[in-house]
Amino acid sequence: MTDTPLLELRDVTKSFGSVQALTDVDFEVRSGEVMALVGDNGAGKTTLIKCVAGTHAADSGEILFAGQEVHIHGPKDAARLGIEVVYQDLALCDNLDVVQNMYLGREAHDRLQRLKEPPMEQKTAETMKSLAVTTIRSIRQPVATLSGGQRQSVAVARAVMWNSKLVILDEPTAALGVAQTEQVLELVRRLAHQGLAVVIISHNLHDVFETANRITVLRLGRNVGVYEREQTTQQEVVAAITAGMPTKVSGIPQTATGAAS
Amino acid sequence: MSTDVQVVGQDAGPPPEEVSASGVEALVRRGLDNLKSGNLGVLPIVLALVFIVVFFSYRATNFFTSENFGNIIIQMAGTTMLAYGVVFVLLLGEIDLSISYVAGIGALAVAELQKPTSSGSGMSGLIAMPLAIGICIVIGAVQGSIVARIGVPSFVVTLAGFLIWQGVIVYKLAEPGSIIIQDRWINYTGSYYFSHTAGWAIAAGVTGVYALVTLGGIVGSVRAGLKVQNPGLIAAKLLGIAVAAFGVIAVCNRASIQGTPLGLPLAGVIIVVFLVVLTYLAKRTTFGRHVYAVGGNAEAARRAGINVARIRILVFMISSAMAAIGGIILAANVNSVDTNFGGGTLLLDAISAAVIGGTSLFGGRGEVRNAFIGGAVIATVSNGLNTANYNPGTIYMVTGTILLLAVTLDTVVRRLQVKSGR
Repeated sequence: MTDTPLLELRDVTKSFGSVQALTDVDFEVRSGEVMALVGDNGAGKTTLIKCVAGTHAADSGEILFAGQEVHIHGPKDAARLGIEVVYQDLALCDNLDVVQNMYLGREAHDRLQRLKEPPMEQKTAETMKSLAVTTIRSIRQPVATLSGGQRQSVAVARAVMWNSKLVILDEPTAALGVAQTEQVLELVRRLAHQGLAVVIISHNLHDVFETANRITVLRLGRNVGVYEREQTTQQEVVAAITAGMPTKVSGIPQTATGAAS
Repeated sequence: MSTDVQVVGQDAGPPPEEVSASGVEALVRRGLDNLKSGNLGVLPIVLALVFIVVFFSYRATNFFTSENFGNIIIQMAGTTMLAYGVVFVLLLGEIDLSISYVAGIGALAVAELQKPTSSGSGMSGLIAMPLAIGICIVIGAVQGSIVARIGVPSFVVTLAGFLIWQGVIVYKLAEPGSIIIQDRWINYTGSYYFSHTAGWAIAAGVTGVYALVTLGGIVGSVRAGLKVQNPGLIAAKLLGIAVAAFGVIAVCNRASIQGTPLGLPLAGVIIVVFLVVLTYLAKRTTFGRHVYAVGGNAEAARRAGINVARIRILVFMISSAMAAIGGIILAANVNSVDTNFGGGTLLLDAISAAVIGGTSLFGGRGEVRNAFIGGAVIATVSNGLNTANYNPGTIYMVTGTILLLAVTLDTVVRRLQVKSGR
C-alpha cells in the first residue's frame, strides 16, 4: 500500500433540488486495496460513485487523483484517468460476443474505420488469462449464452483491460448464485493483488468481509466511519449502517478504530 | 441471466471447431451444432425457397426457364433494396414506415430531373440519380433526428412520413398524372443486360475477389497467431461462391427474348453489390458494430461512449437512401412514375423480406443477407403465382402465410434455446 491515496474525495456535497444526497463526504482508496462502500438504500453510495465516474458533477468539494486535484466532467474524463465503473446491470450487449463487448465503444480500427479483429481477439484472450477467467469456453460466443458469474467476469475484465488504475464495482454479486459469487469475489481480490485500487459497493456484508481491506460507511449522505476489516465485526458495521452518528473525520485516518460508535 | 442456475463450468458453449476434420465433415458438424443449439440461421428459408421453386416448376410450364430467372432478379431488385435498409432499422429495434413513399420521392425526383424542359433536354440520369438519393438522405436525416434527438417514437415519425411523402407524390403528380422516364441511364437499372462475355468476366471477378479477401483474412489471423478456420471449410465456401456465380451467368446467358439474346441483368449486379457493401458495413466496421450494440442494449452502448443518437440518425439515412435506390429501380421497371407509386404492398413486402429472412423485430439480431433471401422468396412466390395463373389474392395469402410460418419457427426455436439453458 502506498502512502498517498490513489483517489481522495474531500468534503464532496451534492444535492438534487431540495434533496441533499451527499453532505461533506470524505472518501479514499489506495492502490492495491479493496475499499468497500456500504450503507442503506439512499445513503448516497451510488451518487458518490457517479461523482467519481463523471455522470454527476459534485456541487462542491474536491476530488484528488494520485494526489492531484482533478475535474471529472464525463465518463471519458474518468476513463482517461484510469477509472472504470462496472455497473450493477452490467452494461453488456447480449447479442454481441465476448470480444465485441470487451471492446464496446473502443474498437480497434484503422483509418477507414475497419475493425481489426485479430488484435482484439488476442488481447481479450490475454486479459481473460491474466485474470484467470477460465470458465468461458470461447470468447467468440455471444454474452447471452454465458452464466451470470461469467457475464460479471466479462464486465470486470473489460474494466481492467484499459490500463485502469481504479475499478469501481456496483453491487457485483447482487444477481448471482453462491458458486458464481465466490468466483467474482475471487476475481475482485485478484485485481487488488495486481495493484489496482478497487471500490466495491455492496449490500451484502458477507461479501464485503470476504474481500475488503477497509470499509467506508455512509448514512443519509454523510460519513459515519471507516473501519479496518481486521479490527471490526459485522455487528459493528451493521450498527453504523443503521444508526451510526454522522462523524466528520478530516482526511480520514488510515485506521479509524472507534471513530463511530 | 436469472434463469441460469447451473454450476459454473458446465455451461455448454459451442464446442471449438475441430481443426483436423475435412471440409465437408466440418460443414456438416457445424450444421449439426447449429441445429442442436437452435441456431438455424437462413437454412429453413433457403429450404422453403427450394420448395417454392420446385412447386412452381411443376405447376407452370413457363416458370422454370432462364428467361423467368432473369425476370425474378429484376422483380426482386427494388423491394430488396428497400429491405436492405429495413434490416439496419430493425437492428436498432426501430421501424421505418416511410420507406415506400420515400422510394416514391426518389423516383419522383429522378423523373422530374430527367424531364425535358422547354429550353432543351433534361438532366442526365447519371446526375439525377445521385441527386434524388441525396434528397432522400436528407429526408432520412430529418426523420432520424426527430427520433434520436427529440425522442418521438420512430413508428409515429415514420408513419407521419408515410402520409406526408405520399401527399407530396399525389400533389406533384395531380396535374400530369404520371411522368414518363426517357433517360436511358435510369431505365438501365431495370432493363440493362450484360453481354455474355461481360457476364463471365463478372463471375470470374466475384470469385477472384472473394478468394483474395479470404486469403487476406487467413494471413491476418496467422500473423496474430490465432486459430485459422478449417481449410476444408474455406475451400468449400470458395467453391460454393464460384459455382453460384458461374451458375447464375450460365442460366442468364441462355435466356433470349424474341431471338435477341439476354444475359445477366444489371439489377442482379446491383443487388449483389449492395449485399456485399452493406454486409461489410454491418460486420466489419465500427459503425456496424455500434448499430448491433445500440440494438442489443442502448444503455450499455451509451455508457461505453457510443454516440447513440448519431448511430440512429445515420441508420435512418441509410434506410432512406436504400429506399431511394429501390424506388429508382422500381420506376425504371415500368419506365414511369404515377400517383400510385410507392403504394400497394411495397412497404409490407420490404419489411416482410427482412423479417422472413430472419431479422428480429426487437433489435440486435439480423443480417443484410436476410433481406436478400427474403426478397428472393417474395419475388419468387409472386412471380410463380402469376405465371401459374393464380388469382392475385392468392399472392397475398401465400406471402402472409410464409411470413407467419417463418417468424413462428424462429420464435419456437428461440424458446427451445432458452429452455435448454443457453
